[in-house]
Amino acid sequence: MSWVNAIVQGVLLGGLFALFATGLSLAFGVMRFVNLAHGDLAILGAFLAVSTTATLDINPFLSLFVVVPVMAAAGYCLQRFAFNRTIGEDPLPSILVTFGLGVVIQNALLERYTADSQGLDAGEIETRSLQLAGDIAVGWFPVIVLAVAVVVLIGLQLLLSRTRIGRAFRATSDDPATARLMGINDRNIYAVVMAIAFGTVAVAGVFLGIRQTFGPNDGPAQLIFGFEAVVIGGLGSLWGTLLGGVILGVAQTVGNQIDVEYDFLSGPLFGHLIFLAVLAFRPTGLLGARSSK
Amino acid sequence: MTALLEIENLSSGYGDFQALFDVDVTVDEGETLAIIGANGAGKTTLLRTISGLVPAWSGTIRFDGRDLLRVAAHKRVGEGIAMVPEGRLLFPSLNVRENLLVGAYGRRPGTWTIERVVETFPLLEPLLDRPSSVLSGGERQAVAIGRALMANPRLILLDELSLGLAPIVVKQVYAALPAVTGAGTTALVVEQDIGLAMEVADRVTCFLEGRVSLQGTPETLGRHQITAAYFGLEQEATESTQESVNR
Repeated sequence: MSWVNAIVQGVLLGGLFALFATGLSLAFGVMRFVNLAHGDLAILGAFLAVSTTATLDINPFLSLFVVVPVMAAAGYCLQRFAFNRTIGEDPLPSILVTFGLGVVIQNALLERYTADSQGLDAGEIETRSLQLAGDIAVGWFPVIVLAVAVVVLIGLQLLLSRTRIGRAFRATSDDPATARLMGINDRNIYAVVMAIAFGTVAVAGVFLGIRQTFGPNDGPAQLIFGFEAVVIGGLGSLWGTLLGGVILGVAQTVGNQIDVEYDFLSGPLFGHLIFLAVLAFRPTGLLGARSSK
Repeated sequence: MTALLEIENLSSGYGDFQALFDVDVTVDEGETLAIIGANGAGKTTLLRTISGLVPAWSGTIRFDGRDLLRVAAHKRVGEGIAMVPEGRLLFPSLNVRENLLVGAYGRRPGTWTIERVVETFPLLEPLLDRPSSVLSGGERQAVAIGRALMANPRLILLDELSLGLAPIVVKQVYAALPAVTGAGTTALVVEQDIGLAMEVADRVTCFLEGRVSLQGTPETLGRHQITAAYFGLEQEATESTQESVNR
């Protein structure tokens, strides 16, 4: 039964990984932009929630209504006035710039919040659980996280497939020069994409902060998990991101279970191994049918 | 007739390579001007400079009396300039209907709808929900023209419509042109095929190595004269070159 429990918990954990990975996947899919500061942005979002909850004396869930718009606006401005200069055939400039941004964020957080670990207290919802069959219980909070991840991904999917700006996203992703002939301002499209990426990673960061304690230097580890979810699922595929997140989540909880039962392996290590296996045998990811340009 | 597009002393190119040298071209409202010339004559560069994809080095482009070079590329659609690029360049991740819809993204107000595009190109009717990547060359060209029309352009730039298409398909594509230009839309057609250009155009401009080498109406210009301008020969163009053009 503990194995079934491990898998159930892993699926739920996958929701968090999917939220982390959505912005990475979207930015890479639309503008081939690799954001190495993505994990640090999640941590930044969590710290913003710490300040918001303390200042306004509200629940971390409510702080999302402040943190997400602030982060999205920051994403729009950063893309418009800085990242856009790095967009081009060569992905290296974007990697260098966002690596630098990550360092800046980590040190700014150290200055402002010290190196102490912080946590977000969401109240009793954190410990409430729902009894399923037998001795399997799922926490309400992980269920909420997974539900939010699914809603975000469905929303993005509808945006991309049904709306005018979604068509513009896809057209710009295909061919920015021809998109300009259609009257699409590709620079603005990129900024909107980055706003969405920052907004979703802020949600992930706040949920991470409710789930566990965090410090200013925890970003890079989250970035690794995000990248692993993206690569497992398939670059640029939104549903692949959810699938990749769930697979990574299950790999980690099952890895932990193996560790508990046989004193061998560990959660993150098993996740990394699954990631490497996918990279070796299916480099385009499970749902990444399109070959890279 | 008033001039819709006035280009004066335009120079332009890519990087260090200059493709246009002090070009003067005027297109009147409602007319169809064909630009003909060999590969590398600067025809496509001219269209790309008008649409804003290639920055002008010097000179002026006025559209309806306004300085076009001050308008960002993505805003020129709203001014009334739409382009059918060389090689069609449909968006592969969008289906046919979405390609047409994205053509209307920055449109000016007007009467073109998907229904009207389908009326103009009936072959598109069963294809609307197909991925654009599975279409034949002629179908792609029809979508590309329809996509440009969805912007309700006053001036449509048509680049090498016949390139890579079977002769029968070229005939079909060109047969639809009167439906486009008849509605009052001004057209600037770039074409390597002199015969086709002479058929659809009110006026013809020949380009040679980035410069205008000849201008006139198809009636007044002889094929002989155009051939000479096309290849940069003096008036003693030989019979053999003329045959190669006719082919």
